[in-house]
Amino acid sequence: MKLTGAQALIKSLEMEGVEVMFGLPGGAILPVYDPLIESSIRHVLVRHEQGAGHMASGYAWATGRPGVAMVTSGPAATNIVTPLCDAYMDSVPFVCITGQVPYKVIGTDAFQEADTVGITMPITKHNWLVSDANDIPRIVREAFHVATTGRPGPVLVDVPKDVSNQTMEWYWPDKVDLPGYKPNVKGHPRQVKDAARLVMEARRPVVYAGGGILKAGASAELLQFAELTGIPVVTTLMARGAIPDEHELCLGMPGMHGNYTAITSMQKADLLVTLGARFDDRVTGNPATFAPHAKVIHVDIDPAELGKVRRPDVPIVGDCKVVIAELVKAVRAEQEKHGRPDLSEWHATLREWQQRYPLTYQQEDGGPLKPQYVVEALRANTPDDTILASGVGQHQMWASQLWKFKQPNTWINSGGLGTMGYAIPAAIGAKVGRPDRMVWAIDGDGCFQMTAQELVTASAERIPIKVAILNNAYLGMVRQWQELFYEERYSEVYLSPDLPDYVKWAEAMGCVGMRVDNPDDVVPTIEKANEIDDRPVVIDFRTDYREKVYPMVPAGGSNDDIILGPEFGEGGR
Amino acid sequence: MSVPNGVTHHILTVLVENKAGVLSRVAGLFSRRGFNIFSLAVSPTDDERFSRMTIVVDAESAPLEQVVKQLNKLINVIKITEVPPEEGVERELMMVTVKATAEARGQVTELTAIFEAKIVDVGFDAMTIMVAGEPEKLDAFSDLVKPFGIVEIQRTGRIALPRLARQPTRLRAVRTARA
Ligand SMILES: Cc1ncc(C[n+]2csc(CCOP(=O)(O)OP(=O)(O)O)c2C)c(N)n1
Ligand SMILES: [Mg+2]
Repeated sequence: MKLTGAQALIKSLEMEGVEVMFGLPGGAILPVYDPLIESSIRHVLVRHEQGAGHMASGYAWATGRPGVAMVTSGPAATNIVTPLCDAYMDSVPFVCITGQVPYKVIGTDAFQEADTVGITMPITKHNWLVSDANDIPRIVREAFHVATTGRPGPVLVDVPKDVSNQTMEWYWPDKVDLPGYKPNVKGHPRQVKDAARLVMEARRPVVYAGGGILKAGASAELLQFAELTGIPVVTTLMARGAIPDEHELCLGMPGMHGNYTAITSMQKADLLVTLGARFDDRVTGNPATFAPHAKVIHVDIDPAELGKVRRPDVPIVGDCKVVIAELVKAVRAEQEKHGRPDLSEWHATLREWQQRYPLTYQQEDGGPLKPQYVVEALRANTPDDTILASGVGQHQMWASQLWKFKQPNTWINSGGLGTMGYAIPAAIGAKVGRPDRMVWAIDGDGCFQMTAQELVTASAERIPIKVAILNNAYLGMVRQWQELFYEERYSEVYLSPDLPDYVKWAEAMGCVGMRVDNPDDVVPTIEKANEIDDRPVVIDFRTDYREKVYPMVPAGGSNDDIILGPEFGEGGR
Repeated sequence: MSVPNGVTHHILTVLVENKAGVLSRVAGLFSRRGFNIFSLAVSPTDDERFSRMTIVVDAESAPLEQVVKQLNKLINVIKITEVPPEEGVERELMMVTVKATAEARGQVTELTAIFEAKIVDVGFDAMTIMVAGEPEKLDAFSDLVKPFGIVEIQRTGRIALPRLARQPTRLRAVRTARA
């Protein structure tokens, strides 16, 4: 069967099981948009290519399947650079197709030519420039394989216009042949045994669970391991929901804005069972003073993570799901011989810290609306399996701290890159992937202004997400740093509470817009929003701009020096 | 010039797929981490699908470990072997054009013979000589002809293979990763 390169590309995507893609056409990708009309693939037309990339990412977070975006060359390709980098930092499986100027004019500064492969080389797991239409099925297969296996990540396929128009003989490769790519999934049995021994010896162990747990779909195994051993679990920003927050062994989020118990448990631990986490500086603070007494077991699918920041005592290269299951077996065998180690003293210490140093805030009746109260009210008034996306800033930290996650894959955020504007497109992508779920975005007023136009996409495509803007009229997180570390010298952080008018803006974009100033109106307004299912909803919550995120470990500082906040007195230390 | 004394140098031989853009992927990983590639030689292998790169870097071994692991993650990289200088055979080729008027020609020719080098071109007042061997030998030769006046010098960058049999080669920088 003879096909054009463009037809072969669409057919290859169908062969890969793609049901939906996010994108926006233009000159160089025009040939590929033509066969899309006959395709079974749903296309969501975005208003800015950055939106397409984050939607693909949100889709992948929510479904575990790779997200797909397609855009044209030049400015469209550069517009999608941020989502690629974002997905690279957070290991999100994302396949990006870009148009390119005809192969024969590459290098001549042709109209809308950009060296897309060169630009995206350091921020993709791999990328391809297609030079012959006959390569398309093979490359698409390879692209999906690379994006979704091993440590997942974004890939990019750059397709020149003349290659799209070239005819080829259709085939579908029955296997992928990449001699330099063989991810190791299964942990080394001797290392697993060594790890089990360390687990048996530890008296103050902590499981340090990272995003790799969710990528591997290993929540059930994690729970099994925690319950078997009685080892408490901290869930990083990337792993929130990996184990339910209400589980007695869940200590919540560690790191710069983690809670006291999660942070301190690691500082005092004699063993860190590190599962799919990468000792990010936002978790460790100054790595020289991080978890100084702990031996380290480190399980990761990416060998480059082992020893990158902290040298593990027992490194295990492998997929979390597989390795944790092996660990469970090994520990169970040890327990049958030697009994289960007594961790009751450690549990008691942790419980005491939790009681002494809870996350706190004061919502006064009729007083200014506290952002934390909005987050808690939202949680209390939404279904357990609600998917929550967030932007980047104070609102993100409050969302992560205070939302009680009950299921895995219900939290979507930009962790590694910290991309403002992530929430709305990511929420849209999630809702497209999981139309059965309620999807909320908690966004900042600053973030909202970066990608709000995608609410037009959501209205047009009938993707009924709900957005809660925690409108503090400031680039709040930056303001917080200026208040604490720059002697309250506020430089370029004021945004205004009512410019723009978020309600009118929402309405202009086809959404329902509502505003809340008063704590009493929070719950009724959320209830109203929950009933709307035919269009997006935006609620402008006017929150107290003075509120700061606590606890806080200043950047580069030691995790022993936690600022707890004013409620704890003496500067809260 | 060989790697300055006292600086640890590492020789990596990297088997890569023979495809467009592979060199820039590899080079990019080094530059992103602030490593200077001291010399680089790329050549085809007996299997046309692959090329071999010989990369010399000066580095403390801990950060190099990270680079090697990152290199390993490149889809086009098949295999990396670190050749510890004491366990490898290193060779390099140099061509040098030396000022050599009629009077000096004899002395230059003599040096050429001592170094088992080869005269590859002769002009009225200059000669081009090719020297092959260990990088130190090339250094010594260029030092010795410098007084005559060097017009131009070109070196290939070194290539290296592990010494045979006596000891199995090992991946020095990545040994901890091979869990
Ligand atoms: C694209 C981008 N630009 C700048 C920053 C730096 N930054 C981090 S948080 C923040 C403020 C975010 O403001 P807002 O969305 O209102 O959230 P808030 O902190 O007020 O909750 C800024 C500017 C960033 N993370 N991303
Ligand atoms: Mg704000």
